Amino acid sequence: MTELVDATRTTGAAPAGARVSLEGLVRTYGTTRALDGFSLAIEPGEFVALLGPSGCGKTTALRVLAGFERLDSGRVTVDGRDVSKISAQHRDMGMVFQSYSLFPNMNALNNVAFGLRMRRQHATQRRQKAGELLELVGLSDQASKYPHQMSGGQQQRIALARALAIEPRVLLLDEPLSALDAKVRAELRDQIRQLQQRLAITTVFVTHDQEEALSMADRVCVMSAGRAEQTATPAALYSRPTTSFVAEFVGVSSRVPVEPVDGSVVLFGERCRIRASDTGLPNGPLDALLRPEDVAITLDETAKPFVTHKSFLGATTRVIAQVDGVAVRVDVRSDVAADIELGARVRVSVVSRDVLVAERSVTNPVSPQ
Amino acid sequence: MASLIPDIVEDALVAVPEVPGRRRRPRLRLWRAVVLFLAGAYFLIPIYAGLRFSFENDAGHLSLYAVKAIPSEPGFSAAFWLSMRLAVVTLALTLVLMVPTSVYVHLKLPRLRRLLDFVTILPIVIPPIVLILGVLRAAPLWLRASPYLLSLVYVILSMPFVYRSLDAGLSAIDLKTLVEASRSLGGNWLNTLWRVVVPNLRSALLSATVLTLALVLGEFTMASLDLWTTLPVWIYQFQQVDAHVSTAVSMVSLIGTWLLITLIVSLDRSQSRRTRRRTNNS
Repeated sequence: MTELVDATRTTGAAPAGARVSLEGLVRTYGTTRALDGFSLAIEPGEFVALLGPSGCGKTTALRVLAGFERLDSGRVTVDGRDVSKISAQHRDMGMVFQSYSLFPNMNALNNVAFGLRMRRQHATQRRQKAGELLELVGLSDQASKYPHQMSGGQQQRIALARALAIEPRVLLLDEPLSALDAKVRAELRDQIRQLQQRLAITTVFVTHDQEEALSMADRVCVMSAGRAEQTATPAALYSRPTTSFVAEFVGVSSRVPVEPVDGSVVLFGERCRIRASDTGLPNGPLDALLRPEDVAITLDETAKPFVTHKSFLGATTRVIAQVDGVAVRVDVRSDVAADIELGARVRVSVVSRDVLVAERSVTNPVSPQ
Repeated sequence: MASLIPDIVEDALVAVPEVPGRRRRPRLRLWRAVVLFLAGAYFLIPIYAGLRFSFENDAGHLSLYAVKAIPSEPGFSAAFWLSMRLAVVTLALTLVLMVPTSVYVHLKLPRLRRLLDFVTILPIVIPPIVLILGVLRAAPLWLRASPYLLSLVYVILSMPFVYRSLDAGLSAIDLKTLVEASRSLGGNWLNTLWRVVVPNLRSALLSATVLTLALVLGEFTMASLDLWTTLPVWIYQFQQVDAHVSTAVSMVSLIGTWLLITLIVSLDRSQSRRTRRRTNNS
């Protein structure tokens, strides 16, 4: 790591990370299939986020990769070598856990040096390396502090330094920010991303927070029911979701009932093309999935739709308009939204003429989000 | 606002005697004192009687002869060292057996915790006389000839206390995460147990140690049925020879056990203090 840290400091050069491949992973607990043929290929040095709701299998996938869970079928390869049968101890993967995982009986320096001690490095050498790692995460002054004397953010940074100290082939992050307050979370998020880019370590990051996933990862894999729904760059995932699950889970979408006519739909009186979907055009009645920025509203006394909710978000305000009994979320510039009263009649129109459709949902809850 | 605060404080102070519960306080305090006195008397009077008897001669005069005679009495030394050896062996066996077992059950077989709870309570439910007679019948001859058969039985007797101490200690730490963190950093099971789990179970291990030592140093039934003269058996037997010396030994044994427990607890405290000081100075 000394060489690694020095090299990245002086030349900006970084060693290539490992290529990771998860192929057809299946893991069953009783009758529940936590992983149901999950596959994912990760390029060397890439930062991939596994995103999904609780119970979608993202943590199980990470734990399988780390070697903490056995597989019912499928395989895990690192740089082409099958590591499925190798124990966690010998996988060379650094992991940062969701709960604070520092060893309470060791100070920060000894925590960071633990992995080096397990690798039988000389005491002087490992103290030096651990010191450098603490410097890397900006906590040199905390070297002699014990975990209970540090804040949550500091503990997670020490845990990150500890995971990096062993020069892991893959860095695994299991919701490391979820226990932290918003400000510390944002700071640590930036720090993790910067370090990952600087050290070019292949990183897998599990989170249920889409903002974290979209802001940190090179690619995001959205998971549902033990499978990968879509794996794409954050921008592609947001703007071109290929399934209705992704469209609704990532970002905010409104469902508006539409009828298909020759490969297009009529939405608020305008004809729009149906965007290609991985799952093809569903049979039966359809809903159009609309992002708040894909819709516009203008005040119009003669129009039927009216405003039911307003939520100030800073530069924009989210307005919910009721259109024929359906809630449509629209992002409006806050200075414009100031003139829109609750109950005001508005005309709703589409900005994008290219819409994603899904099988019609029974409900369309009107909630101020 | 500044002028309001003293008024509020004054009002609160004035209001204190009006609270109904507060008026009962002196009576409550008296009741507490009575309970404390009775409980204290219950424990201290027998000890006082024992101490007084230890410092008396046959004529009922104050004398140190019984205490001075202890080391030279026949069989005392052998009984004392036998009890000590049994205590050390029992403690070692108990910890070596129970620590990995408890950790394994917590990590891999959490559903077995209830069963283990039940199994470890059996030594309390089964009368010692039944237990030792069963063991003596089942044990091979070479083991029956050894005093360390008692250690094996004491391991079983101490299980309820040791398992509960360890169970509480393991429940208080995030065992799974700590073990997984150690494993992902390259720690094998032995290293993980020795360097990560055991140091974080210090209080639980201390309590298990104290309880095991107290149990072994005070156990009489099994040792006497197995025909080994441990310290409690020697005290009982020597009562027929000289009751003053026998009582003096039991008092010294009681005080000795207290001192041992105090020493272990204070060693733990001083270690915690050193850790705190070292950290504060840095």
